[in-house]
This record gives sequence, C-alpha cells and structure tokens, in this order.
Amino acid sequence: MLYTLSILVDNQAGVLTRVTSLIARRGFNIESLAVGVTENPTLSRITLVVDADARSVEQISKQLNKLINVHKVSDLTDESRTDRELALFKVSTTPERRHEIIEMCDVFRANIVDVGRNTLTIEATGDESKLAAMEGLFREYGIREVARTGRISLARGGARD
Amino acid sequence: MERTDEKAQVAAFADAPGGAIRMNGAHAIIRSLEDEGVSYLFGYPGGQALALYDALYDSRKLTHILVRHEQGAVHAADGYARATGKPGIAIVTSGPGATNTITGIACAYMDSVPLIVITGQVETSVIGTDAFQETDITGVTLPITKHSYLVKDTQDLPRVIHEAFHIATTGRPGPVVIDVPSDIAAGSIDYRPCTTIELPSYKPTIKGNARQVKQAADLLVHAQRPLLLVGGGIVASGATDRLRMLASCLHAPVATTLMGKGAFPEDDARALGVAGVYGRPSANAAIADADVILAIGVRFSDRVTGPVEGFAPDAHIIHIDIDPAEIGKNVVPEVPIVGDADTVIGQLIERLGKAADMPDTSDWLRGAAELRAQDVPPCFVDGRAVRAGIAVHQVMRTLNGLLAERESIVTTEVGQHQMWASQFLTRSQPRTFLTSGGLGAMGFGLPAAIGAQLGCPDRSVVCVAGDGSIQMNVQEMATATANGLPIKVIVLDNAGLGMVRQLQEETYGSRYSQTVLPACPDFVKLAEAYGWQGARVSDADALDDALARLLASEGPALLDVVIDPDEFVFSQMEEAYASDSDTGRKE
Repeated sequence: MLYTLSILVDNQAGVLTRVTSLIARRGFNIESLAVGVTENPTLSRITLVVDADARSVEQISKQLNKLINVHKVSDLTDESRTDRELALFKVSTTPERRHEIIEMCDVFRANIVDVGRNTLTIEATGDESKLAAMEGLFREYGIREVARTGRISLARGGARD
Repeated sequence: MERTDEKAQVAAFADAPGGAIRMNGAHAIIRSLEDEGVSYLFGYPGGQALALYDALYDSRKLTHILVRHEQGAVHAADGYARATGKPGIAIVTSGPGATNTITGIACAYMDSVPLIVITGQVETSVIGTDAFQETDITGVTLPITKHSYLVKDTQDLPRVIHEAFHIATTGRPGPVVIDVPSDIAAGSIDYRPCTTIELPSYKPTIKGNARQVKQAADLLVHAQRPLLLVGGGIVASGATDRLRMLASCLHAPVATTLMGKGAFPEDDARALGVAGVYGRPSANAAIADADVILAIGVRFSDRVTGPVEGFAPDAHIIHIDIDPAEIGKNVVPEVPIVGDADTVIGQLIERLGKAADMPDTSDWLRGAAELRAQDVPPCFVDGRAVRAGIAVHQVMRTLNGLLAERESIVTTEVGQHQMWASQFLTRSQPRTFLTSGGLGAMGFGLPAAIGAQLGCPDRSVVCVAGDGSIQMNVQEMATATANGLPIKVIVLDNAGLGMVRQLQEETYGSRYSQTVLPACPDFVKLAEAYGWQGARVSDADALDDALARLLASEGPALLDVVIDPDEFVFSQMEEAYASDSDTGRKE
C-alpha cells in the first residue's frame, strides 16, 4: 500500500541524504519525493510516498524521528488532505491538431508554456488521477518527454500545520 | 622535542572583547574538549590533523594516547566508555585515517556506546575534488552514527562539540562524528565555552507514560511465572540498583542478554545468566515457560530470540526502552513503555508498592534455580578428556576463581573464547564484561582493554582472546607498553578460527575452508618483542600456576594457552541453521 509521509526537517545541507539513505537501507522503495522550504525558512518539508505495509511504515517513521535533523514525521495517509503534483508534458502535434490539445488543456485548466513546430509543452497541476488522465489523452498524440515533481501534500484544516 | 616557536603560542591566544579568548579553531576544539571534562583522547596524527595535534601540544588537561592503527583508537575509546560510562574520544586525520575508524564506529553504534570521533578533513575549498587523502567521512559513516557534523565555519566549533557530547551521551547513546576541514581548524575564533543546547527536534523521553506503567504493573501483579530479561540499556542508564530492587519486589528470575551481562549480579540466586543462541539452555527454558516477560533495555536481537516466531509464545511481553524505534521492531509487546530504564523501573516499583499481595512465585523461582544448577554445558563437564592441550573448562574455572579475588574487568575478542567467557565467567557488576556484541568485531578486545585500563587504573583488566582475533589489532600491544598499562591477555590458542570451524563442522559437513591458521607467530616471542612478558602453557597441571602468575605480574603480560581445536562452544544453533548434527561438542 502507498503511504504519504510529511516530514519537517532542518533546511540544511545533507539532511535529504540522511532521510533518503535511511529509507533505502531499511529496504524501502521511494515512490515519489518532493522537498521545499516551508513558511519558516529554517525548515523544509519533505513529502514522501513509499510502498510498504503498516508495521514497516511505523518503523520508518520511528527511525526517521531519531534523526537529529528531523523535527516531525506525520503520516498523512489516512488524513483528509490536499495532494498536488506538477507535471510538464511535451506532446507531439502538428499545426492542424494543436487546437485539439489546447481545448483539452482548457478543460483541465492546464497551461501551454511552449509551442514548437511539432510540439506543445503543457504545464499541469493536480492530483495523481488528474495527471494520469491527461497523460492518457496526450499519449494518442505521442508524448516526447514528461517531467513530474512528485506529490506534495498538506492535511486539510487547522488540525496540523 | 621542545617547542621553539614561543611566538606562535602567544599569537594563538589573545584577549578578545567580552571575556572571550581569541584562538584558532584547533585550539577551540581542544579547549571545548577540556571544558567537557575529557581526560583521554585516543588517536593518530596526519596531514589534515596537524593544527589539531599542534593545539594538543599545549594542553595540560588532555592526555593523548597514541595508538598504532586508527581502528585501535576507536575501540580503545569504546573500551574506555564502556568501562567508565563517560564518552570515549578518538581523533584521526582525513582519508585513510578516517576510513580506518569505520569498524570501531560501527561496533559502538551497534552496542550504543557514546563516542566522539573527530576527523581531519581537506580544506573546504577542495572538498569534492578528490584531493589527496580526501574521503567523504560523514557520508561513509551515515548509517553507523547517531549524528555527524561537517563543520563549515570556525565559529560553530564550540557549539558543535557541545552538541556532539549531548547527543552521544543522552537518550540511546551512540557515536558522533565531527569532520573538521583544515582551514576551519586554522581559522580564528573568539572562544567562549558553549553551555546551552538548542536542539528542538531532539528530546529523548525519560519518564514512562503513567497509563502504560499501570498496565505493566497490572500484568506483573497477576503473573505466576514472571521473568526479567535485561540488556545493555540497564548498564547505559545506571539502573542496576533499582533492577535488583525490582527483582526482589517481583520475586522474579533475571536473564540477561550478552550486552546486559553483569547488569544483574550473576551470583545472585535469581540470576539465570545470559540467554540466547549461545546462552544458557536453562535461561532459554525459563523464557519459554514464563507467563509475563518484562524486557528492559533490550532490542530482541536475533541472537537472543532465535527464530522470532518461536520466542516466548505464551508470555505477555512488556518492553521498556528509551529508543521508541526498538519497540515493536523485532517483537511486538503487549505493553510498550518508552523511557529511561532507571526512571521507569522506579515508576514501576512505586506502582507495585501500592499493589496488594503479589502471587507466590517461590516454586517458579526454585524451579528456575534448579534448572540452572543442572545446566552445565558439555565442554564444562568436570574431568572431560580433551584430545590435545588444556580443557577450556579448566581455564575458565581457574580464571573465574582468580577474578573473584580482585576488582576486575574482562574484555573479549570475538569467537569461541568470547562465548566461553560469556557462558562461564561470573560477572557481578555492570561495566565489567566488555565485548563486541552487535557487530561481533574481531580486534576489539585488546584495544578495548587499553581504554578500560586507562579509565579504571585500579582494576585488573584481562582480555580473553583467540589466536585469530588477537592478530587483528595486535599492534596495540605497543600502545599498552608505551603507556605502562598492565593489561593481561589470555590467548585460547587452537591454531585456527574456531567459531567458523565449528560452524563448518555443524553446517557444512566438516569442510574446513580457510579456518586453519598456518604460521601463527610464536606469541611468547611476539609479546617479548613488544616489551611484554610472555608465557605458554600446554600442560593442564601447569595451567593454574601460569594463570596465577599472569594475573600477579606487574606490567602487560600475555599467556598463550594451548587448547584442543575440537572443543566446541555449546550453542542452540540447530533451529537457526536447521542442521541435523548434535549441538555442543560431540564426544
């Protein structure tokens, strides 16, 4: 099962390595990982998705909590939460078929960020199902390249910060 | 060599504003160590540690013990820490100096020993360029340290060192690496001692949750066959006195792990000795029969539990540990309590004091004691003939008698001799049996004995070794000589790697692949070459005298005891290895 962990860490060199190497050496595969600074510039938030069972996730969380640079580990899996991911799709097209893709982007509230002679690059944000749906539609035209940020998540409301 | 450059020293210390003293980073490190109360450093100099060693030259409070290999420095610092409870300090140069510390750091990490390892590093401007003697030591040691620092600013040094001591010695203790680039050591700082800790993300839990303590007490007051299983956490916490009170209060027998040997006096009527794969069968039988197991400061390692599914199937398990990650990692307890062993035992005793009458466990205690009395490992059966050399049981019995007459610390190397010592030597105090439990690092015992002897100068320090493992750090005999340390080494010499040989016989049909050691040195001559006294004994009638003379000798001394290569350690490996051979020595 996929678990979403939100990890508050010191915004310092080497901290990401401590987190990821710990997860790797305990034998888990990271499905996605996103990291960025928080409202407090001394802290970063790592949003991590791992494929594991419940007992293993508890063990990972406890081991992560032991790292001196880790302030808090929250398991958001069962929380009501907002998930977002940003993706860039470079899609093959011809001048005649561009408008089809542009219409689709309107529906998905995605932006065209680059227009080439035979390609369009689309910026899309959303949860995984939305991005998967877009990817499925673009596949018909031919996807040249995809870049994704990995999921970032926050719990809803004021229960957690 | 006398220092000639007096000016350099004057320049190194100058008054700075606000009562601070201006000095370079290296002097700030040495001053910080002095301010932390350090007495001994174990180390080896090198190019990127020049400034550190120059600063050390001026210190009157620190004694540097020059080892012969950096692995020896870390094991010696580890032995010092295990014997005294104070953190051990090692100091080495970059690159190979730093990588040579790795086995020592891993050993301390596995056994939760507080260490500070200071490594020199190439200057910051060339980090990452594969400069001469550059190794990313904080990267390499990531999985085997509690925390590590690569210092990038000279001003950070007092804080980093103060934090490192705090982290190494509190909570679950462990090693901390501080990597100091040479330009940081050479940089200037207005030194003020750092006395505050600001680590909001590091707050070990000391006191146990009251509700969980009550649940534990409720289980214990109804236990018909309670048992205590205690480990290194008792020693680290200094909980031996309260543990004894708890055992009397519960009328429960006490088994220990290898790391807990000595945490409960082994000559006490309730003591079951060491449990586990190489432990006493009677201790394991009691664990299997118990209805409530109170496990304190243990991590349920595979050496203790065997196959974990079969461990204490009928028992309610209460697990107390200061490390939350240990609880539920290997064995899922019914009642988990995170906290410091001594504090939580105190809470439990208080709770139990309020309880009405406890069940009568005298039959259970008597049964466990009877089992223990009958439980003599095959190789310790009196009068058992050996094919060659001296019987191990005679060595251990005589040694036990001699150790009982004095305040002593035993260190071991790793292998058969280690397990024999664990099974047979009676230890009644904590910090008197120092062994590489988790990592099982050959080469630990001799340098650990050096550290222990420095920390406890009034005690007899005896290293029980094998002919294989003594050769792994044998160069440290010179360190003992140079520092006048009267440590004693007993080599149980079976001319081979006995433990692996035994496993080969048990599990690989006696195909002895690379376990005979040809060209062993003459240990007597080797000892003499290092300035030790050396002796060999191969006749059973001469053994007792030889051991007595060894322990009575003045300086460092080694006794080479020739034993039978076919003597086996009694073990309960058959389940773990699914072997159809007998356990213990086959006659």
